[in-house]
Amino acid sequence: MGKTITEKIFEAHLREEPFEGTKVLSLDVVMCHEITTPIAITDLMARGKDRVFDTSKVKAVVDHVTPSKDSLSATQARILRDWAHRHEIQDFFDVGANGVCHALFPEKGFIRPGYTVIMGDSHTCTHGAFGAFAAGVGTTDLEVGILKGVCAFRQPKTIRVNVTGSLGRGVYAKDVVLEIIRQLSVSGATDRVIEFGGSVIDAMDMEQRMTLSNMAIEAGGTSGLCMPDKQTVEYLWPFISDEYKGDKTAAEEDFRKWHSDPDCEYEKTVEIDVTGLEPSVTVGYKPHQVRSLKELADVSVDQIYIGSCTNGRLSDLREAASVIRGTRLAEGVRGIVSPATPTIWKQAMEEGILGVFMDAGYCVVNPTCGACLGMSTGVLAENEVCASTTNRNFYGRMGKGGMVHLMSPASAAAAGITGRLTDPREYLKD
Amino acid sequence: MKQFGGPVLFLDRSDINTDEIIPAKYLTAVDKKMLAPHLLEDLKLAGFDHADISDKGIRVIVTRANFGCGSSREHAPWALEVNGITLVIAESYARIFRQNMFNGGMIAAELSGEVLDSLFEFAREGDVSCDIDLSGQKLCFTGVSGNSREIDFQLNPFDEALVNAGGWVEFADARY
Ligand code: SF4
Repeated sequence: MGKTITEKIFEAHLREEPFEGTKVLSLDVVMCHEITTPIAITDLMARGKDRVFDTSKVKAVVDHVTPSKDSLSATQARILRDWAHRHEIQDFFDVGANGVCHALFPEKGFIRPGYTVIMGDSHTCTHGAFGAFAAGVGTTDLEVGILKGVCAFRQPKTIRVNVTGSLGRGVYAKDVVLEIIRQLSVSGATDRVIEFGGSVIDAMDMEQRMTLSNMAIEAGGTSGLCMPDKQTVEYLWPFISDEYKGDKTAAEEDFRKWHSDPDCEYEKTVEIDVTGLEPSVTVGYKPHQVRSLKELADVSVDQIYIGSCTNGRLSDLREAASVIRGTRLAEGVRGIVSPATPTIWKQAMEEGILGVFMDAGYCVVNPTCGACLGMSTGVLAENEVCASTTNRNFYGRMGKGGMVHLMSPASAAAAGITGRLTDPREYLKD
Repeated sequence: MKQFGGPVLFLDRSDINTDEIIPAKYLTAVDKKMLAPHLLEDLKLAGFDHADISDKGIRVIVTRANFGCGSSREHAPWALEVNGITLVIAESYARIFRQNMFNGGMIAAELSGEVLDSLFEFAREGDVSCDIDLSGQKLCFTGVSGNSREIDFQLNPFDEALVNAGGWVEFADARY
């Protein structure tokens, strides 16, 4: 019997199985941000165990509310900052160098195929795009990860999702993942790992795969993995070219050892043909409440938000900008764009994309989670509606009483032009 | 080990998420106790009165499927913990929430949909209190009239070890 990629990673990292079915894994990367880490730090200090298992494997960023907006968020940032300095954690990213964790850490080359990664953040599944087992955990798991470099998991079963067919115009990775969540439901993958495959996924670049893996948790999935291949090698090349002595084929060959075997066992396989899939949007407060945009043309919006770990990367900004170029935000609509990292911000500036947004009346803010979780830079008032490229539409997520419609960057951009939920295909220039 | 059992709050809805358990705006708390008054503050549910949590001294929550879905924030179990709620009983949980409960030495027990139906039915007669026999893996529900119902539940050995140790930090620190 063959093995899935997740089984291979578990086997390679198994530290102990203290009870049947409970696997304690050694960790390659422990990532920390300022919302969930400070309580772990203060708890470790209170226990007299203020230690870090390996400073090169612990990465930290202030990203959720940055620059700090009030005394409380400033205190959280300070606790993380002091701790990072105290332990001489080299990879600590503060104001000026910080960005949304799940965009920043891959960009820095911290994630490799076959790795085990945890963070006190549910969208850690994003890094599964690299063929890593990456899982969001709570603060206590994070605390033990920091202290001991281990984390316990029940061996998850795998749901294989095969995406085939051809993507139509105006349909993106975001629409594909919304369709997957619609089919699986918000708890369809609980305690499971989702493995994305099929010709459509094979053709996606890493940014698109990260959009996909990012939302595995919205179907309840522990992680969402893509097989590491040529695209993975391309993305990681600046970081791995020495290791593979400049030979990309060798890297690709080596990554193949993590691929699920052809005769591995999946709990189930879901086949999705995306031919004919329409630009999609969520309605309601659950990410699986998905409809096609053209059915919802009379829903008006107050705010457009383009950013986050789901869709705040350069390709997302390019897609949105190509819709926006030469247009203006509709009367009474606010537009906010947050490039997810400083590198993306700078590149978008150099490409003239930020100018396109600004000419259309958008406010370009710094890289931060901010409005995505209703903390800063774009919180909604009661009954306001936001067309958003983020990943969660829960009640109150972007501000109490606000409504969040999730969609692709192109669709959000189109909504900005009309002031209503809008099928982006009418506004695509090519 | 923590204390378990007492007056029960019944929440008859599936998919109650962590934003409903504790809204994101309180995530800036650097001390768990600051969360106490805000537990379930944004929950919209017929028959649910937020004041009951403190007025009735709630210690146990009985709810439906997929409890604790959404963000990984451990603030959700902490918000329960600082209110003295250390036992949650549901049909199922989001993985991270469930793990967070046991990691903190608390219990996220699972019962079937039918058994939960009968408990919600039982609760219609009035307030209910719940006691737990951990080693015997039994839950005992007592109603206002003195009627009681005993129900078996299962804890896997690892979860039981975490409850007995007082949590994962204690367990891992002694072992790794
Ligand atoms: S951008 Fe939003 S979903 Fe992503 S890590 Fe930040 S708060 Fe979480």
